[in-house]
Amino acid sequence: MTDVSSHAHPETAAHGDSGHAHDEHPQHPDHPRPGFWRHYVFSTDHKMIGIQYAFTGLLFLLFGFSLMMLMRWNLAFPGKAIPLLGKLLGDTRMPGGSMLPEFYNQLGAMHGTIMVFLGVVPLAVGGFGNFVVPLQIGAPDMAFPRLNMFSYHAYFWGGVVMLGSFFAPGGAAQGGWTSYPPLSDILPTGQTLWILGMLFLITSSLLGAVNFITTIIQLRAPGLTFWRLPFFVWAQFVTSFLLLLAFPALQAAGIMQLMDRVAKTSFFLPQGLVVSGQVLKVSGGGSPLLWQHLFWFLAHPEVYVLILPAMGIVAEVIANNTRKPLWGYRPLVLSVVSIGALSFVVWAHHMFMTGMGTVMSTFFQTTTMIISIPSVIILTCLILSLWGGSIRFTPPMLFALAFLPMFGIGGLTGLPLGLASPDIHFHDTYYVIAHFHYVVAPGTLFALFAGIYYWYPKATGRYMSTKLGHLHFWPSLLFINGVFMPMFIQGMAGMQRRLYDGGASYTHTAHVLWLHKVISFSAWGLALSQIPFIINFFWSKRRGAPAPANAWDATTIEWAAPSPPPHGNFEVQPVAYRGPYEYSVPGHAGDFFPQSEPGPETVSPIPGTPHPAHA
Amino acid sequence: MQHIDTAEQGDPHLHADLKKHVRTYMLVFGSLMVLTLVTVGLKYLHLPTVPAILVALAIALVKGSLVACYFMHLISERKLILILMLATVFFFFGVLLGPTITELNEINPIH
Amino acid sequence: MSTAAAAIPYTVDARPDTGLNNVKLGIWLFLASEVMLFGSLFAGYILLRTGNPAWGAGSELLSIPLATLNTIVLITSSVTMVMSWVAAMERNLKKLRLFMGATVGLGAVFMVVKGFEYAAKFEHHHPPSYSTFMACYFTFTGLHALHVLAGMGVNFYFGFPGAKMMQTDPQQFANRVEVAGLFWHFVDLVWIFLFPVLYLLNFGPPVSH
Repeated sequence: MTDVSSHAHPETAAHGDSGHAHDEHPQHPDHPRPGFWRHYVFSTDHKMIGIQYAFTGLLFLLFGFSLMMLMRWNLAFPGKAIPLLGKLLGDTRMPGGSMLPEFYNQLGAMHGTIMVFLGVVPLAVGGFGNFVVPLQIGAPDMAFPRLNMFSYHAYFWGGVVMLGSFFAPGGAAQGGWTSYPPLSDILPTGQTLWILGMLFLITSSLLGAVNFITTIIQLRAPGLTFWRLPFFVWAQFVTSFLLLLAFPALQAAGIMQLMDRVAKTSFFLPQGLVVSGQVLKVSGGGSPLLWQHLFWFLAHPEVYVLILPAMGIVAEVIANNTRKPLWGYRPLVLSVVSIGALSFVVWAHHMFMTGMGTVMSTFFQTTTMIISIPSVIILTCLILSLWGGSIRFTPPMLFALAFLPMFGIGGLTGLPLGLASPDIHFHDTYYVIAHFHYVVAPGTLFALFAGIYYWYPKATGRYMSTKLGHLHFWPSLLFINGVFMPMFIQGMAGMQRRLYDGGASYTHTAHVLWLHKVISFSAWGLALSQIPFIINFFWSKRRGAPAPANAWDATTIEWAAPSPPPHGNFEVQPVAYRGPYEYSVPGHAGDFFPQSEPGPETVSPIPGTPHPAHA
Repeated sequence: MQHIDTAEQGDPHLHADLKKHVRTYMLVFGSLMVLTLVTVGLKYLHLPTVPAILVALAIALVKGSLVACYFMHLISERKLILILMLATVFFFFGVLLGPTITELNEINPIH
Repeated sequence: MSTAAAAIPYTVDARPDTGLNNVKLGIWLFLASEVMLFGSLFAGYILLRTGNPAWGAGSELLSIPLATLNTIVLITSSVTMVMSWVAAMERNLKKLRLFMGATVGLGAVFMVVKGFEYAAKFEHHHPPSYSTFMACYFTFTGLHALHVLAGMGVNFYFGFPGAKMMQTDPQQFANRVEVAGLFWHFVDLVWIFLFPVLYLLNFGPPVSH
């Protein structure tokens, strides 16, 4: 195992910046250094905005995780009072410290919403996308810096509104993250705040998508053709199109649900709906299925928004830590573009149980099976990239390697769900929860951790501690599997989702109830395993081993900028001379050839054929 | 029609081209007015449901295309934009037709 | 802010291989998302209407003459908008103010007419909760009206306080006016579809309450 923390670099020795962290905002000749508010709160610099998104996203992830840990108590010990915390949450939520079902539902709905919309996407797209993409394409910033700042604030304040819903009379949203009507139309005020928060978040993402697409198309450095882009940039590019074209459907649906709740319209309310023994006094004529169609039209592409940036990060980390080019760059790019396009025509596989006719269910099953092909191609290319590599087991690489089998499990377990007949058995059970968590938790989240360890030296000029990285990784890997693997078993036994007592009142799942305790203790162990990471994250900013500009001997253009990069990123406009993963080029001194280093143009040879230089 | 993007002030070609553009805009304006009156007038013909919908949407499509092609310069715009908008329209039909066909299948099943 | 903007390439001049400047690409991307937004509403409309035999006749409940007037107003405002762009290209401040003022003014007329329509609906006890048709009518035209309002704000800015950019950076100004125009034309385009769908294409007996 190579210890990179004390690497000396010939290229950076002349700069002499290995001894101290770079001044983040030196006096610029054109304008004076901004004050606190302009620098930290209303920044238009993509790097600061990226850090804002990342920080806020990580805080929301922690909060969303905490909500789940509360739920896990009730699932392991239904009805029992929670020690300490129980009394703090008051009688409307936990009378006598024991959780009310309504509160359990609030926790569930908000856990899902916060993790997906306030945690993962802002971190993966807003955080990593904003910080890394302009640097990787050799640009001074995003195309629309002020729009970028506005996007962050729309996200932040939308998040505040969402959190505020916990304090609304009746509590927070409690109809699941999916907010199906008619239930969501008649829930207390917190649901309205949920919708308002979503409208803010969607606006933030839409404007962010406009920014990313324009930046990637317009601001690529000279010589950086689309086929020379790092895979991470391709992933963010496709992700942005998904956000741009799919989110408006939920925006429209959200507006309609808002009208239903506030103006008493009946977009989603059928005639003659009986609530608590009384017929609801609305005009009727609406369709609950309309909501489902519009919601899932967004929410299916949304899951690809969750996974694609993660695949991009894993690709970067693997190429760098195997010291060889990615296997199958072209198939990777073509696959990620196909996934983007196909993701728009699979959404009704979330609706197989709504009474859909066989023609439609056949269509959606077919498209769902087809979309698994490019996903498998991407995973295969990433795995094959390991073959023959000089693997360095750095902390980012540990997380990236773990991603591969974890995403494999998550992806494969999705196949029975995508076929209508087995879905009859699995729909709305713990099997579904296990499937999607495998993709997002040991999948995406691990990839995001890899990204944090990987790009932390670029953002701060210091490495994170390797020891603490191991202390974070190994227990997390163990416990996260302890949380989600048993859920497959529970789901196959028929245990339903969203039951506040975890199915304790049903006899057919009595034999798998004990697994709730295994899962809950694993969840709490997982929480403890994050402590080394939190310590590492803050401690390393001041005391981490200093890192040179090219902390990992990497090839992509962001490593040609100082660490951290100043305003404007590059002193001289970088030019791309070759592909993004020119590692171990035969005949070249050193085991990597940076993309923006002047020199003869080289292209990675097809594996198995002689390199053009030797032909 | 030449696409004017970055002409300089006082450029005689610019003025000539802009005059041509203005002529086109006036022609399009006239057509849009006529089509508006036609589409309203047709309402009073009380056509049966399906032809009425088709005709009204066809007229709207023509009007919309005139606005897009000439006011929004789409007809002389870069291919990139055209591809983007066509792709959007393709996805738009996914949202439009997808749920509708699915639900119509419930009312009048094909299977 | 022009020194900072100059650091980001292609804010004014077109990038050679794409032939576009940043704002133009940006606004078309935004319009693509707006197509999906209004498209989703239309999809909802179709789904609700085909599933509902008791759909109210729009012409019974709404005023076609007023809406026809509004259609003419909006189309005219699109012409004045494009003439504003011509004025910006010609660096003619007086002409710009005239046509931008007309565009904003016509937008205001549209909003006033809409205000009368909405007031009349409430007076006749046809609020959004009256039927799914009225729900659609208010929601779609309401969202559209918000877009008109936003466009009016942007256009007013470029026509008046922001017009001094025509002196300092005329080409960037003309680009921005063009981009504002693209948004405005799109708002007009949405109305071109909303008008027949909501006002002209409703059949069948009115909802009985």
